[in-house]
Amino acid sequence: MRVMVLVKATEDSERGNYADHADEFEAMGKYNEELLKAGIMLAGEGLTPSVEGKRLEFGADGGSRVIDGPFAETKELVGGFWIWQVSSMAEAVEWLKRAPFKATTVELRRISELADFEGQLPQEVLDAERRQREQSAK
Amino acid sequence: MASPSQTVEAVWRIESARLIAGLARTTGDVGLAEDLAQDALVAALEQWPSSGVPGNPGAWLTTVARRRYIDGVRRQVGFEQRVAGIGRELAEAESPMDEIEFDAHVEDDVLRLIFTACHPALSRDARVALTLKLVGGLSTEQIARAFLVSTPTMAARVTRAKKALADARVPFEVPVGAELAARLASVLEVVYLIFNEGYAASSGESWIRAELCEEAMRLGRMLAALAPGEPEVHGLVALMETQASRIPARTGRDGELITLLDQDRGRWNRLLITHGLAALARAVELSGSEFSGPYVIQAALAACHARAPVAADTDWIRISTLYGVLGQLTPSPVVELNRAVAVSMADGPAAGLAIVAGLADEPALRGYHLLSSVRGDLLERLGKREEARAEFERAAAMTGNARERAHLLARAAACS
Repeated sequence: MRVMVLVKATEDSERGNYADHADEFEAMGKYNEELLKAGIMLAGEGLTPSVEGKRLEFGADGGSRVIDGPFAETKELVGGFWIWQVSSMAEAVEWLKRAPFKATTVELRRISELADFEGQLPQEVLDAERRQREQSAK
Repeated sequence: MASPSQTVEAVWRIESARLIAGLARTTGDVGLAEDLAQDALVAALEQWPSSGVPGNPGAWLTTVARRRYIDGVRRQVGFEQRVAGIGRELAEAESPMDEIEFDAHVEDDVLRLIFTACHPALSRDARVALTLKLVGGLSTEQIARAFLVSTPTMAARVTRAKKALADARVPFEVPVGAELAARLASVLEVVYLIFNEGYAASSGESWIRAELCEEAMRLGRMLAALAPGEPEVHGLVALMETQASRIPARTGRDGELITLLDQDRGRWNRLLITHGLAALARAVELSGSEFSGPYVIQAALAACHARAPVAADTDWIRISTLYGVLGQLTPSPVVELNRAVAVSMADGPAAGLAIVAGLADEPALRGYHLLSSVRGDLLERLGKREEARAEFERAAAMTGNARERAHLLARAAACS
């Protein structure tokens, strides 16, 4: 199974202040190396401050409005993510416990597979979903 | 919340390879190392549900296992001293613990463990079982289920393998020089065998067999991180990931197999394709070409399909070339048959048929239904329907798979 690890932004990451966090970067580098050596890391990226981000707000009629960053609620912002391949959620939890975080909450979510929807959604919807995935692959 | 036993199992999966590898280095005996690690696991299963999981579970397991070892050495030393009658002075002078050295080069130890578990002194089955047990952290029961044998059978296989390693006095080390290439080939073969064991399983079979693909990919990525300079390791990772990306598209609603060109490519796993193509790029960067070794070539072949958004976009000329190089490196009539198919897609059915004609007397392909099936397909495309029908019928008579037979008979019927 694959899981996504969602890491929150911090005030310093929002300011783009990385200079004061050299030790944390080093610790995170070592941790990433552990993940690589265990063969579980499929992807892992950090996000730039939300000042570079955009939000699209969709109205009830489906129309949309673009909102420029930065976004105020730092604690709710995603600052980075990993995608891991693990054998169970318990294994993901044990891996995450070993991460060098302090004073934050990190979220683990299982990535859905098409099988999660089969039987719940009409076949046309599933086929459309597949076509969309096919399009995005091109 | 995960139950305590789920937590112990998760910790075991994360820590066991390093634990066993470190102990094997200390004791020089992989079998003993595994026994000590298992003792520590049993202690964890007994204690953690009531005491809670320790802050550093890996260190906890290591401490318990080492203590068992030291106790064992002490008993052994004590026994030998009593036998020799020189116990007292020696016991004062030196402690057996002085001889025991624990160092921090854990990663090197894990690599040694992989090479030891995949040692050519062992049978293929034994290498596969030992690798999953010692490096993958799977239980004997899990491995038994994956290979569709009973747990006692698998336990006996593991025990025999450990004994064979001890009997052969296999040193706990990564080979160097000329030996490295051959031993690495053995390691890669084991990982790919594990992958194929899972990949060959059709849907509806026990989930653990699909898990074997994931386990093999994990082992491959471990190797790539531990031995980053080996192009073939990256090639194998690329090959497995690109093939595995197709798993969601390989079976239809009724469990029937869907061939590569008919698969719904929207179901392919993009993340695995991206990862696989990156691994192939790394292999090519290290070796200088897509032709450098059998796994890199096979990965490049798989990549040709992965890169094509629809089957019609497939680069068949490239695929023909790659099969040609693969055939020179590892000559095989099956590779040549695949090349014939690729050439027929690139240059037309007549060119493919010319290659197939050269395989007619190949003893290795005698009774091989795919030879007749490919020939039937090429003849049909040339409009030689009567000959094509005879080939499809011949192929149908040779296959052992009922679903495939029905498919071939349908094609034969369509030719008349």
